[in-house]
Amino acid sequence: MTDTSTADRTTTDTALRMSDVRKVYPMGDGSEVIALDHATLTLGSDEIVALVGPSGSGKTTLCSIAGGILSATEGRIVVDDEDISGHDAKQLTTFRQRKVGFVFQSVNLVPFLNARENLLVVDELGRRTGQAARDRADQLLEELGLADRAKNLPSQLSGGQRQRVAIGRALMNDPALVLFDEPTSALDTKLGEQVMELIHDEMKSRGTAAIVVTHDERITHYCDRSVHIIDGRLEA
Amino acid sequence: MKLALTELRRRPGRFATATVILTLIAVLLMFLGGLLDGLIANSTGALRAQQADVVVYSDTAQASFVRSRIEPDVRSSVESVDGVTEVGGLGNVQLGARVPGNGPRDLASTVLFGYELPPEGLPEAPPMGQAYADDTLEADGVEVGMTILLGPARSPIEVIGFVSDTNFAGQSSLWASDATWRSVLSENRPDARLAEGVFQALVVRGEAAGDVPLAAAIDDATGGATDSYTVDAAIEAIPGVSEQTTTFNQIIGVTVAIALVVIALFFALLTVERTGLYGVLKALGAKSSTLFAGLVAQAVVVTAIAAGVAGALVIVLDLIIPPGSIPLLVTPARLVTSVVLLLVAAVVGCAFSLRRVLRVDPASAIGTTS
Repeated sequence: MTDTSTADRTTTDTALRMSDVRKVYPMGDGSEVIALDHATLTLGSDEIVALVGPSGSGKTTLCSIAGGILSATEGRIVVDDEDISGHDAKQLTTFRQRKVGFVFQSVNLVPFLNARENLLVVDELGRRTGQAARDRADQLLEELGLADRAKNLPSQLSGGQRQRVAIGRALMNDPALVLFDEPTSALDTKLGEQVMELIHDEMKSRGTAAIVVTHDERITHYCDRSVHIIDGRLEA
Repeated sequence: MKLALTELRRRPGRFATATVILTLIAVLLMFLGGLLDGLIANSTGALRAQQADVVVYSDTAQASFVRSRIEPDVRSSVESVDGVTEVGGLGNVQLGARVPGNGPRDLASTVLFGYELPPEGLPEAPPMGQAYADDTLEADGVEVGMTILLGPARSPIEVIGFVSDTNFAGQSSLWASDATWRSVLSENRPDARLAEGVFQALVVRGEAAGDVPLAAAIDDATGGATDSYTVDAAIEAIPGVSEQTTTFNQIIGVTVAIALVVIALFFALLTVERTGLYGVLKALGAKSSTLFAGLVAQAVVVTAIAAGVAGALVIVLDLIIPPGSIPLLVTPARLVTSVVLLLVAAVVGCAFSLRRVLRVDPASAIGTTS
């Protein structure tokens, strides 16, 4: 077991606490594949952590478990004071609606919705807040420099603009934790740096914790610290 | 749900193929239903028009006018049954009619009824040699005041008015007195000639006096010499009616099944295509029930649009098809039934995609699965 937690955080300033988490996939021949091996990780409420590792090392598995997309085989996961270790699928769905934001590797905006509607979809899938959600979407688009692109479809936006819309969507539910899955992998170096700068500024200005999954060491300096993962094991 | 409807609005082309195919299927369904209704209406109008409670045939007639004979003594037995208030004789003969102005071989198919109790829409029986005609004969050029010639004997019948929806066995009806019918029958079908007072059937008005239904009471009173039916049962018993209904309903059932398969296949393909999008939406917190409800909403809207267009097309078709050329009867009830059947098929068809929607793994959105 490797503890990569920062020192002595109280519960209230901790966005994520994973303790001794394992994820094991049983194979057809009776053997097992260990995707995550006794991982322990703690994130402060406004901390940005780069999760670095080669393909197949388990970084997306860790990210998925932290975000309530996958259930762990063993261990304890607490996000924003909510212990999700024993949550069933329905509870995890509600948890994701309320406490986590995702920015996917290929952005994955809904192609037939414009930028504003792509942000509002989060509200439609969860607690419908109506005007409050519309105000928040407008505010986020303004802050992300997309106010004049609010009515553009994803196909009418550049790669960087799409990435910004995806970040806006991840922030719509005012999450405690945002998970970025290879946010710069589809971008050139310059645009990648701009996006990382944006992620850093947006997370810090909101005091929101984030895990940035990447295999690109060049962008880790935008994060508060880096955590390496190899063969499902975390290394400081 | 809103997401699904937005997709329909923004990407209509994506659903165009399914909508066109469903429209064609809906047209077929409504057209078949209209044909069935038209055929049945054309075969049963004469009995539906009877303002009676029971139709009485002779015991071996199997509900066929041609095979039935009711003698005066049997009629007396019927009239004496408790609860019977009125009894009228009824008979018919099917003959080709020569219409002035038409070619010598261009015969109109007619069935001449002789009646005592007036059916709905008709007054007391007209004088000898005169008859009321069903208005479908107008398509054959028949007009009020015209004299048409019936059968090989060319028996003259003057048309003195029209009545609606009284056809029988797919032929246009003529309504005359029993004396006119008896005369035309003996002139053209000497082998089927009936003596005075003998009818093919009786129509009876009244109601059961006790627990025994009126039809059964009549058959008891005649000692089994009669075979009596309520009017609805008599309609069902007309030779060929139930066979036509069964055949058409089977074709309609197959058509609905085809609609179901089309919807199931189309939305199953759409679900496969959307697996990635569904994964993302689930990761963002969408419930499977929300995604499936969206799928059903799309299927219902596409089907409703197809059914609406089809309904309009069938109504237009009904208007442009010349009266009497094919037995098409378009009714609101048939159109509504067809739409309901298609909507049910849409929902059931979508159900085949439910398992696939449930199995979409939100983890697929960030590229990790087992």
